[in-house]
Amino acid sequence: MTITEQIITIVLCILGTMATRFLPFLVFRSNKPTPAYIEYLGKALPAAIFGMLVVYCLKNVSLTGGTHGLPELIAIGATIFLHLYKRQMLLSIAGGTVCYMLLVQFLFV
Amino acid sequence: MRLRALKAAFPYTIPIFAGFWFLGLAYGIYMNVSGFSFLYPMLMSLTIFGGSLEFVAVTMLLAPFAPLQTLIMTLIIQARHLFYGIAMLDKFKDLDWKKSYIIFGMCDESFSINYSTQIPKDVDKGWFMFWVTLLNHFYWFSGSTIGGLVGSVLNFNTKGLDFVMTAMFVVILLEQLLKESKHYTAVIGILCTVLCRLLFGVDSFMIPTMIAIVLCLTIFRTPIQKAGI
Repeated sequence: MTITEQIITIVLCILGTMATRFLPFLVFRSNKPTPAYIEYLGKALPAAIFGMLVVYCLKNVSLTGGTHGLPELIAIGATIFLHLYKRQMLLSIAGGTVCYMLLVQFLFV
Repeated sequence: MRLRALKAAFPYTIPIFAGFWFLGLAYGIYMNVSGFSFLYPMLMSLTIFGGSLEFVAVTMLLAPFAPLQTLIMTLIIQARHLFYGIAMLDKFKDLDWKKSYIIFGMCDESFSINYSTQIPKDVDKGWFMFWVTLLNHFYWFSGSTIGGLVGSVLNFNTKGLDFVMTAMFVVILLEQLLKESKHYTAVIGILCTVLCRLLFGVDSFMIPTMIAIVLCLTIFRTPIQKAGI
């Protein structure tokens, strides 16, 4: 690849990304009323998105091979437990992460 | 007003700081060992600001020039941002000049924080979202640049640190579940993603997932709206 071709490739990555981020705002301008269906999606989507993102983070976990997703399962359990117990976002995240790091560095090596 | 918003925003971005520095360093190192100058991760993290795409972009840059394929891959990998925009239409309505930048920098993490945080009444919500976005952007940019500079010289045992992102999304999902009485849409999101991951494989399950989620939300619109969403 020449430098020009590299630049074109990177610019296409930028344009494609910006298209997906800006499109909803360009289609549904704030000076016009948003269709009821889109408004409904806007309210119903977030919980579905957060569920999707958790699974997306775990996409490389294999249930049949390796560690069978056990470290992930245990660490997510620890995160949830900590959060329900103390309800401190940073503490739950740090605790869950440390738990996972200990598991993959010492127990499931 | 700006300082108060920055003070309110910073704590929410701490996990992202850890995650982005880890992933950013990894990305910068990956580019470095693939033979690229640190200018590449530096400029790409600044202008693309999308982690998963930037990793794939390394492969694209090493392959023969294929502009159409690059654009299609980009749209596929980044399509989930369409959802974020639809969810944010209302929240971004009254923003001034900051709106363009907040949309530009709306990665998974910025969206999640800006959507789920109950911003205190005495904090300006535009400035809060602006700082969250700017801080995240800066963490990603600095991590990637440092990774590109030091290359593989760095060697410390950070194995498993990337779980910080998973833990953050778990907590945000949990908060969402605690907030609502019925969990139809969260269950739809989880089930659709798991099913599509199993059916379509790790490289091509996101578009089917998004279609499945929109279909389910459309089919079950009446019961979901009755449940009070």
